[in-house]
Amino acid sequence: MSAAMYERMRVNPKFQKLVKERGRFAWTLTFIVLILFYGFFLMVAFNPAAMGKAVSDGSMLTVGVAVELFLFIFFWILSAYYVKVANSKFDDMTQELIKQAHKEGKQ
Amino acid sequence: MSRLGQLGITLGLMAVSAMAYAGPPVEGAMEKQATNWHAIIMFCIFVALSMGITYWASGRTKSTADFYSAGGGITGRQNGLAIAGDYMSAATLLGLSALVYSQGFDGYLYMLAFFAGWPVILFMMAERLRNLGRFTFSDITAFRLDEGKVRTMAAISSLTVVCFYLIAQMVGAGQLIKLLFGLDYNIAIFAVGILMMVYVTFGGMVATTWVQIIKACMLLAGGTLAMLLAFNQFGFSFQTLMEKATSVHKLGFKLMTPGSMLSDPINAMSLGLGLMFGTAGLPHILMRFFTVSDAKEARKSVLYASGIVAYFFNVIFLMGLCAILIVGQNPDFFEGGKIGGKLIGGGNMVAMHLARAVGGDMLLGFMAAVAFATILAVVSGLALAGASAISHDLYARVFKKGQATEASEIRVSRIATICLGFVAIILGITFEKQNVAFMVGLAFGVAAAGNFPVLILSMYWKGLTTRGALFGGYGGLFSAVAFVVLSKSVWVDVLGNAAPIFPYTQPALFAMPVAFILAYIFSKTDSSASAKREIDAFEDQYMRAQTGFGASGASKH
Repeated sequence: MSAAMYERMRVNPKFQKLVKERGRFAWTLTFIVLILFYGFFLMVAFNPAAMGKAVSDGSMLTVGVAVELFLFIFFWILSAYYVKVANSKFDDMTQELIKQAHKEGKQ
Repeated sequence: MSRLGQLGITLGLMAVSAMAYAGPPVEGAMEKQATNWHAIIMFCIFVALSMGITYWASGRTKSTADFYSAGGGITGRQNGLAIAGDYMSAATLLGLSALVYSQGFDGYLYMLAFFAGWPVILFMMAERLRNLGRFTFSDITAFRLDEGKVRTMAAISSLTVVCFYLIAQMVGAGQLIKLLFGLDYNIAIFAVGILMMVYVTFGGMVATTWVQIIKACMLLAGGTLAMLLAFNQFGFSFQTLMEKATSVHKLGFKLMTPGSMLSDPINAMSLGLGLMFGTAGLPHILMRFFTVSDAKEARKSVLYASGIVAYFFNVIFLMGLCAILIVGQNPDFFEGGKIGGKLIGGGNMVAMHLARAVGGDMLLGFMAAVAFATILAVVSGLALAGASAISHDLYARVFKKGQATEASEIRVSRIATICLGFVAIILGITFEKQNVAFMVGLAFGVAAAGNFPVLILSMYWKGLTTRGALFGGYGGLFSAVAFVVLSKSVWVDVLGNAAPIFPYTQPALFAMPVAFILAYIFSKTDSSASAKREIDAFEDQYMRAQTGFGASGASKH
């Protein structure tokens, strides 16, 4: 039964659209996180002095700490954005796809 | 259920007699402290509460789905708290605050590496895990590959991870409890082992989840309170705090500069990879994706979990910095009253000393109880993951080929839990005098190289075959263990050789490619008929992964 459902969904152009859009979205966010994280780690490894500079004269906040705090917050905001989009837009598309396949199965 | 009641009473009596015996210090008296009644009373409240929950949960644990995945009935928010609880062990609170206290910025870097895996898990794995899996992560690898072979492999590497992690937790537990509660090491180990057996055997995933949630809330509350009270002494000004801290710390202004820990780029990358992808391969964390009803809730779980973890890491960072002044400048916390000497109870006691300095014996007692509860909860999660690898993967799916009844499967998982409990107790006692710091690294390394590559390939790469999965999985597992054995932490520190053969601390940068390359080569060269069937079966798996149609749902009740 599910094999037939899968077949009907597979040929639906909406499925191709869902997979393409959601895939691109997830991969883009993943690349952002990986590049920022490993970029930061490489900066730390190759140029620790730059990371130890104060953000402004007399401030006790160093560039490294500021960047890292930003990464903590930014990564979480990206996560929240992903959950918001995936749980509304993409899940709606999926539900519609399943509903359509069900309907086609009854005809 | 009267059996449970009896057990509770027996345990209560045991706890009381254990305390009675804890009086005069015997050997190792140097580290053992006077019996801490605040901590013991607060911990007993926690145990009573969690026993009540276990009793309640035992009435709700009837099917295998209840036992392994709480029937899929946990909400995203609850599960997020539980995941955060699983992830933040006592080592996180004590070890990372101590690292910040002594190394400053390096400790903060470590935390980012521990955190950065979560968004990647969310984007790449959460949805597929939930859509494809049911009880254990090998449900996913076994979806289209040879079930017997890949489940056996997954069970072996899961149990390896669980055992390494258990050793680290049990030894840490024994030493910590000896210090904080003034209890004997062996009694502490038995208390942890037996309480864990009760939670898991009677309450399954439902009880384990709620113990985890309560503990996570206690940890967040205690940590936040200690941080606020400490930070208040500096008028909540990071500037003031750091001006004072850098003026007294031996590193001076270098405190906020990357230090020696990550000065080697290869080591830094390997550590980053190991912590990031190790998280995505820990069996007790992966198991939590199956306790929620659908992919929507799975995504929410990760969002809540990562938010809590990120928040708490920053709390720990501030705690560690405040401790530089509040603990580091107070002779009361040093052996012989010598500032800059050896901290009473060892370097890992920074967070506990800070709690006492800012909140007195009450807060110290609370934090000690939290630390004990934390160990207990993490050990329970590990035992459940290990037991399900034995009962679900090995017994029900491999040995009985799917023909086991639910009742017999649950019985096996309960027996497995009790066996694992005794294994944990024995390991804890055996490794008492060993330096077990490398065990967590080893667990993450094995998870990153043994579990993660095969799991991610089975979800994303159509061409993966059973042969490739086996070579990749075992290759990753063995190379991760071999690299750690040849590294300084085992080869030099444990085996006493002069120089390490493998020069880095984390194996991931080398062991992960081994796993991926072997999986690729042995899949590509696999021209058997079964390989073709497996590749063809990817289509259905792909449809289910993408749409969630056909995914196991929440159970009825």
